[in-house]
Amino acid sequence: MKDSQGYVTADGRQIGGVLMEMKNITLKFGGVTAISDISFDVREGEIRAIIGPNGAGKSSMLNVISGFYTPTVGEVWYKGAKRPPMKPYEVARMGVARTFQNIALFEGMSVLDNVMTGRLTHMNASIPAQALWWGPARAEEMENREKVEKVIDFLEIQAIRKTPVGRLPYGLKKRVELARALAAEPSILLLDEPMAGMNVEEKEDMSRFILDVNDEFGTTICLIEHDMGVVMDLSDRVVVMDYGKKIGDGTPDEVRGNQDVIDAYLGVPH
Amino acid sequence: MDLLNQIFIAPFVDMVAAPDFLLQVLWEGLVSGVLYALIALGFVLIYRSSRIFNFAQGIMVVFAALTLVGLHAMGIPAWISVILTLGVMFVLAVSIERIVLRPLVGQPDIILFMATIGITLFLIGLGEIIFGGENKQMISAELGIPTGDTVLEPWGGLLILQHLDITVVGVAVVLVGALLAFLNYTQMGRAIRALGDDHQAALSVGISLQTIWVLVWFIAGIIALVTGIAWGARAGVSFALEVIAYKALPVLMLGGLESITGAIIGGLMIGLSEKLFEIYWGQPILGGNTETWFAFVLALIVLLFRPQGLFGERIIERV
Repeated sequence: MKDSQGYVTADGRQIGGVLMEMKNITLKFGGVTAISDISFDVREGEIRAIIGPNGAGKSSMLNVISGFYTPTVGEVWYKGAKRPPMKPYEVARMGVARTFQNIALFEGMSVLDNVMTGRLTHMNASIPAQALWWGPARAEEMENREKVEKVIDFLEIQAIRKTPVGRLPYGLKKRVELARALAAEPSILLLDEPMAGMNVEEKEDMSRFILDVNDEFGTTICLIEHDMGVVMDLSDRVVVMDYGKKIGDGTPDEVRGNQDVIDAYLGVPH
Repeated sequence: MDLLNQIFIAPFVDMVAAPDFLLQVLWEGLVSGVLYALIALGFVLIYRSSRIFNFAQGIMVVFAALTLVGLHAMGIPAWISVILTLGVMFVLAVSIERIVLRPLVGQPDIILFMATIGITLFLIGLGEIIFGGENKQMISAELGIPTGDTVLEPWGGLLILQHLDITVVGVAVVLVGALLAFLNYTQMGRAIRALGDDHQAALSVGISLQTIWVLVWFIAGIIALVTGIAWGARAGVSFALEVIAYKALPVLMLGGLESITGAIIGGLMIGLSEKLFEIYWGQPILGGNTETWFAFVLALIVLLFRPQGLFGERIIERV
């Protein structure tokens, strides 16, 4: 199924070559090994999920991808080149956008301003030019604003554009966070439990948005999720982690039949 | 009875009897209020973007003023000295970020606060070594700050507006306006506000802590220079100027450390109320000199009822 040219999914979408590859990633905090020797790849245009029980190391893995953690051993390859150790903001500028499990928004700012910060990676005008509201900076601001309005439209949050984020309910905050990440027009979008704490209806909405994003913008998505049903419906390929190790990798159907995976989820003693 | 009369009746009778004098008092209150607001803004900016209470803001005012005067004394034309001083403040911002803040990232707030006390002591020492400790004249004339005054005669009375004060108010209003526009309508301004709200999220959208910190400390430096010029022109340039920074403390208590609007309104409120109190209550009843403490008492009273300040973030803990 896999080759350097990519593959075609069950619903007929063409998946491209490898966009990001994790090679033998190990992450230790002192004596604790959060991730041990995990390798997998993310291909252009696909929805890739990382699943696993609590404490499996999923969030740590996402933090490695987004540069918040530096792996103890192993390499991250991105767009065909090995990525040197980087600060999170540098990773962000390379086109990796993310959301957080516990929502990290700028609570004091309006929805519009929050989403606008997503455009920071596309900011070229110098600081003095911005301070003086001078030609190019101004044009850039207008252009950013236009892109942001599109995203806001797409995620159906027009009605709350001017509302301070602190006042919004949980489900909407999650959507604003997604909007901010999307505004960056990322090459790869990392979602850390996008549906955690949501009710069924909100989950359905979010699933639809994730599929639409992938479909409409062709954005590559790598997500962590607890809800097995949702994951299996959404993703093209799934990595399964347990106790920091990779125990399965493949299409949802392949993973579902994997005995290790079943054991991990049903809680067979280790 | 007499005391009650002095507190509740006599001051208002005086105000109505001499409205021109009341205007004069209000004008002077406004001028110092604008300057308090300006200094408080320096504090708020740094606090918002890094949660550091910058104890060094006062000494930065002195240092900027000293540098300007010192450079001019070396024979450099006044306006070029201003530009060079801005350069010095930029270098200072970069050094503070590099040497002090960066190694302390993630430390508790109190440690960063102590570090700013260290910066204060360092700048006092450095300032004395380079420029000496004696009092100096601000180069107001060379900078083209007008002297003299305009006399108005409202209701047949007398209202004297110093041209220096008019200039100070004008410049401060422009500076504050520009700053607000920068913070609200540019990507960099948004990044500054964002960083104060959530570091992690800020990193994830590509905001560099270092760049923003340098920028914010540089803006605080610009504010310090403007305040230094304005205050130095009235009171001379000496290390005693540092004390005006402490005048910003009650402003911050009133306005809240996070709020830019709060700093502006708080500054004006304190400037106006301390002047009014001094003239109409302090001098007749308490023998004057109330301006040194009135602001603190006012802030204390506000804090009793609103611990977060008038405009501060209300801290809601959701469980």
